Amino acid sequence: MLALEANGQKIEARKGDTILQALQRGGIHVPTICHMEGLLPSGTCRMCVVEVEGAPGLVPACSFPAADGMRIHTSTPTVLKTRKAIVELLLSNHPDDCLYCARNGKCDLSDLAREHGVRNRVFRGLRKRKEKDISSPSIVRDPEKCILCGKCVRVCEEVQGVSAIDFINRGSKAFVGTAFDEGMNVSCCINCGQCILVCPTAALTERSYVDEVMRVLADPGKTVVVQHAPAVSVSIAEEFGFKPGTDIDGQMVAALRRVGFHRVFDTSFTADLTIMEEGSELIQRITQGGPLPMFTSCSPGWIKFVEQFYPELLPNVSTCKSPQQMMGAVIKSFFARRENLDPKDIVSVSIMPCTAKKFECARPEMGRDYVPDVDYVLTTRELAELFRIKGVDPGTLAPEGADTPFGERSSAGKLFGASGGVMEAAVRSAFFLLTGDEMKEYRIQDLRGMKGSKELRVKVGDLEVGAAVVSSLGQARKLMDEIKAGRSDLHFVEVMTCPGGCINGGGQPLKADLDSVKARMAALYAIDKTDTLRVSHRNSQVQRLYKEFLGKPLGHLSHQLLHTTYQKREVLR
Amino acid sequence: MADMKSVETILEGHPDAGRDHLIPILQEVQAAEGYLSKAAITRVGLALDLPASKIFGVATFYNMFRFQPRGTYHVMVCRGTACHVKGSKRVLDMVEKVLKIAPGETSRDGLFSLEVVACMGACGLAPVVNVNGQFHAKVTPMKLQRILEECRSEEFSHV
Ligand code: SF4
Ligand code: SF4
Ligand code: SF4
Ligand code: FES
Ligand code: FES
Repeated sequence: MLALEANGQKIEARKGDTILQALQRGGIHVPTICHMEGLLPSGTCRMCVVEVEGAPGLVPACSFPAADGMRIHTSTPTVLKTRKAIVELLLSNHPDDCLYCARNGKCDLSDLAREHGVRNRVFRGLRKRKEKDISSPSIVRDPEKCILCGKCVRVCEEVQGVSAIDFINRGSKAFVGTAFDEGMNVSCCINCGQCILVCPTAALTERSYVDEVMRVLADPGKTVVVQHAPAVSVSIAEEFGFKPGTDIDGQMVAALRRVGFHRVFDTSFTADLTIMEEGSELIQRITQGGPLPMFTSCSPGWIKFVEQFYPELLPNVSTCKSPQQMMGAVIKSFFARRENLDPKDIVSVSIMPCTAKKFECARPEMGRDYVPDVDYVLTTRELAELFRIKGVDPGTLAPEGADTPFGERSSAGKLFGASGGVMEAAVRSAFFLLTGDEMKEYRIQDLRGMKGSKELRVKVGDLEVGAAVVSSLGQARKLMDEIKAGRSDLHFVEVMTCPGGCINGGGQPLKADLDSVKARMAALYAIDKTDTLRVSHRNSQVQRLYKEFLGKPLGHLSHQLLHTTYQKREVLR
Repeated sequence: MADMKSVETILEGHPDAGRDHLIPILQEVQAAEGYLSKAAITRVGLALDLPASKIFGVATFYNMFRFQPRGTYHVMVCRGTACHVKGSKRVLDMVEKVLKIAPGETSRDGLFSLEVVACMGACGLAPVVNVNGQFHAKVTPMKLQRILEECRSEEFSHV
């Protein structure tokens, strides 16, 4: 332990801490822009400067090591003046657009301007002019609002291993863009939205479909059906002032009805259905010698990643559609028939923690006869906006349940929202399918938590199954390279595009720190702990769907509706 | 693709190339092909295990690389100190206006490309413009317009 002094107060630091970490431990706030939790400091923005006695000038707290006996001052007049000047410089070529801006009220830059008492334009720089990139179905880039902090570039490269974007040109002409400054749609961007989560401004936002959804909600000729993903009910509460990790499932369902959706279904239902299909596929691959290990297919960023970077491993990806797409498919087939509706008159909307789901629903193979299974995807953030526009506050409503025939879910399906959850659900059901017994303890601790890579060997009957769980595509890349190099002890691999899984998806509420993400995860585990239905194979509505409609897992109709194909994808990479 | 041949040959000349070979390889590619094409950048990226965005980022950091093929007439405007003092900024502005292209670009008809260079070693003749290897001395915006016109009419007399 190191003993330091900050603003005259004693604080402690661990060896290897930066000044910033030491200050945070001591409960002292220092503003940052380019700093990213868990990554090496880049030290480019200088927002975090502090005074250290004996040091010749101001030092950046995020990249300067703490030392024993150091005396730090975080708010001397020089420090405050410098920080204010930094903000003023950042604003010098920034559009004065706050009123019309997607980040209005949630912008780090405007917060900094307010916190530092910036009241007028001091420096007048030439305004940067560059068109918005609206080519992607998931991500919108507005380079004029970019302050060149570099966080998006780093997350895309260092966390996701994608490197779709980088700094282009230099000096006053520098901007962040794709290779050859092309549209995002032809780049190797996999639409994960992690860059949106780290961007301090509105330079990166999701492509919003709120207007489109409001239009169909107002159309009397349409039956508008909505599904909500497992990770949404434990995060959307943050948008309405609840503390992170509050589950408002029932109130959100009530609010969805208030804003006009005719039916509300739970995507966790098709998570259970996925377990039936994917579990059967895995057993078939193991017993009949199909390509192993089998990779999960529920995360669309990951799917595009494999199609671009590891096409030779596409046969290893499960042919199961994602739960979102399975739900869309049964809505426009079984549900349509049951309700006597023409699929063309149904609009299927899904609420997802994810920006890549917008890309997924537009894939041409995700529908039949030119009718897409899912018409619009709204992120958690967009749903909160829709609620606000319509004046509905879920916090004030009495909880309601989801609708039949796709309203029942197991808590195993709910676990899909956290990294390791698909695997945990699959192990629970595979154990039953192969042995005829239920597991004594459902919880599999080794598969839980925020770690980027988790492994498990389980004995199921006489078979020892090797299972791996990775989240973030940087982690996936490592594992893929091991497998390509000959690693062969694995049967089943769960991959989630976003670090920690969907609870940390690119469509989730902004400004969430690691603790908030962990709280969302804990909320899912809490649901599973007390639920009465904890395994997918006992979901009675799933059983009924098989009995009345699908037949059996991997049957003819399943193949037609619930499974898909992949293709090698040429992109600028 | 005919282009790719020379890129392949260049890459063969750098066996076990690492990331530190990027700039020299790009320079060779540009020397061979006149510019850095998408195909060439992607191919180099594959060889060096570098994403295209990264290579494009690095390449745009330097003024020496261009990403469009050269035009029939390659116009180099000197922006070195001596030429600057003698008014090369006005000359450059004129070229950009007349040809509707920025440095590094090629006009849509493929006739002209523009490059800005620092000192061509002919300071006595400042401001200097070089078209396809030929030096033009003491260039004024008016004179330059005439030079460009001549190129244009020469091109059309060919057809
Ligand atoms: S990004 Fe922030 S500072 Fe810029 S216009 Fe939007 S709200 Fe205002
Ligand atoms: S959405 Fe993901 S892949 Fe695309 S640029 Fe952002 S971080 Fe990179
Ligand atoms: S787009 Fe956002 S995250 Fe990326 S450099 Fe610009 S301001 Fe930073
Ligand atoms: S946060 Fe420390 S330099 Fe940017
Ligand atoms: S400065 Fe133009 S030739 Fe030297």
